[in-house]
Amino acid sequence: MDITSLTLVETLKSLKEKKFSKAELNKAYLARIDEFNDKFNAFLDVQRDSDGIPAAVKSLISTKGIRTCAGSKIIEDYKPPFNATVIEKLKANGVSVVGKTNQDEFAMGSSGENSAFGPTKNPWDITKVSGGSSSGSAAAVAAHLCVFSLGTDTGGSIRQPASLCGVVGLKPSYGRVSRYGAIAMASSLDQIGPLTKSVEDAALVLEWISGPDGKDSNCHPEIFSGYKTVRSQNKFGMTDEENLKNLKIGVPKEFFGKGLDKNVETVINNAIKQLEKLGAEIVSVSLPHSEFSIAAYYVLMPSEVSSNLARFDGIRFGKTRDKFGGESKRRIMLGTFALSSGYYDAYFTKAAKVRTLIMEDFDKAFDIVDVIVGPVSPTVAWDIGAKTEDPLAMYLSDIYTVPGNLAGLCGLSIPCGFADNLPVGLQILGKQFDESTIFRVGYAFEQATNWHKRKPVL
Amino acid sequence: MPLTLDQVKHVAKLANLPLSENEEEKYTQQLSAVLEYIYQLNTIDTEDVEPTYNVSRKSNVLAPDVAEECLSQEEALANVPKNEKGFFVTKGVFQEE
Repeated sequence: MDITSLTLVETLKSLKEKKFSKAELNKAYLARIDEFNDKFNAFLDVQRDSDGIPAAVKSLISTKGIRTCAGSKIIEDYKPPFNATVIEKLKANGVSVVGKTNQDEFAMGSSGENSAFGPTKNPWDITKVSGGSSSGSAAAVAAHLCVFSLGTDTGGSIRQPASLCGVVGLKPSYGRVSRYGAIAMASSLDQIGPLTKSVEDAALVLEWISGPDGKDSNCHPEIFSGYKTVRSQNKFGMTDEENLKNLKIGVPKEFFGKGLDKNVETVINNAIKQLEKLGAEIVSVSLPHSEFSIAAYYVLMPSEVSSNLARFDGIRFGKTRDKFGGESKRRIMLGTFALSSGYYDAYFTKAAKVRTLIMEDFDKAFDIVDVIVGPVSPTVAWDIGAKTEDPLAMYLSDIYTVPGNLAGLCGLSIPCGFADNLPVGLQILGKQFDESTIFRVGYAFEQATNWHKRKPVL
Repeated sequence: MPLTLDQVKHVAKLANLPLSENEEEKYTQQLSAVLEYIYQLNTIDTEDVEPTYNVSRKSNVLAPDVAEECLSQEEALANVPKNEKGFFVTKGVFQEE
C-alpha cells in the first residue's frame, strides 16, 4: 500500500485498523519530502520529529518554536513563542506539523513567485506556477508530501492554488475559523482553511479548526459540525440522479465573460452539466457589481495591509523595512496613499460602499439559489515569470475568487477536469456559515466523477 | 489619476518605507496604472449606500477584564534584534534623525 496516496479519512481509518503506525506514516511522508521537495520547493522548513498525522502548514501561520517566515526576508529567522489557535486545535486532534510551506510574501500574490525563497513549482508541470499565495500548501498536497495542509485565503489564496494544482481547497466563511496566530494581511478578509485530497477531508479539518477561542472577536460562536452529514446526505453511485435534487445552483453570467480561457470554460460548463445530471436545478443569476470587485479589493486590501505591516519595525522582531519584497512594498504604498489625508473618502470609503453593493448582489442571488458555481481561475497554471512584470495582470487572475472574500462567503475549489493537461477547479460559493451545502455539492460531484483520482506523475 | 514622483516620495515617507530611486520611479508608473484601473469605481452611484468595513458587522466586542497568563520576558524578547538588559531597543523619539 502506498501510504502517502491515502486521504485523511482513509489514513485515520488505516491507523485505527493498525494497518500502519503513526511512526511509519511519518517515515513515509518524510521520505517523500526528501525525494521531491527540491523539485517543487513546497516546504521552507521540514520537521523531522513529526509524530502525529503529518500536516503541512503555511509559513504565515504561527508555530511555537518552528520558523514562521511568511515567505519574507524581513522575518527570515522568526520563531514564534506561541501557537496559532488552529495549530492548538489540530494538535488536540492528533495532528503534527510536518513542515512549513512556501508562499508569496505575507500572502500577497497569485502565483507563489513573490516568495523571498524562490517560487513553488507546480507538480503537474514544473515550468508552471503553482498559484498563490498558499503555493507550497497546494503543491505539497498535490505531490502527496503531506496528508493535508493549511493555507490562508484573503482574495483567493486557498482556492486558486488548489485549482491550479488539482486539489480540494476550502475558504471557510469569514468568522468561521479563528485567525489568532495567522500573521495578519487584510483583517476584514483573511481566513484560514484546509487544502486536502478530498471534499470529506476538508469538512473534517474544518470541524477540527473551527470555533471561537476568545482571541478573534470576529469569530462565530459555533463550531462547524457538519462533517458526518457530508457522507450521509449523499447517496452513492455514478448513475444516481437524486443526490442534488431540490438544490438550486446559480451560475453567474459575469463569471463567464471576457478573460475566461475557452478551454477552461468548456471544462466548467461540463462540470455544471454533471451537477444537473445529479439532480440540481441550474439557474442563471447575475452579480452585476462583481466586475468591480478587483478595483474595490485593491483599495480595501492594501489599506488594511499598510496598517497591518506597520508592525514590522525591526524593534520587537525581524529586520528593517527595506527588506520587504517588491509586492509588499507596492501594496503598502498603495494602501498608505488610499488612506492618506485628502484621498480617504475618494478611495477607501468609496470602495467600502462598493463592497456593500457586491454583498447585496450575493444576498439577492442567494434568495433564489442555494449555491453559486463557476470557475476559480480564468486560466490554468501559467508559465513561471509570465506575469511578474505586470502587477495588474497578476491582480486580475483573482477576479472570480475576490468577490467571495469581500462578501464573507464560504467557497470550495474542487478538481473538475483538465485543460491543456493542467488541472481546472470548480468554485462552489455558499452563504456565510453554510459550508454544509457547498460540501454536499462538492462531495456529490466528487463521487460521480474521477477527476480527483488523477494524480501528477512526479 | 496618475501619481507624481513627489507624491510617491511623500507616501513612502508616510509608510516609513525606504525606497531606492529606481523603486520610486517604478512605483510611480505601476501605482498610476493600478489607480487608473481603480478609477472605474467612480462610475458607480453610491450616493445612498452605507460602507461595509467588516462583514461580521460587529463592533466593540468586549472581553472580561481579567489578567491571563502571558509571554514571559524571555519569550517576548526571544526574537528581538537588539536586546539590552532585558529591554527592547528603539530609536530615540526626541533625537534628530
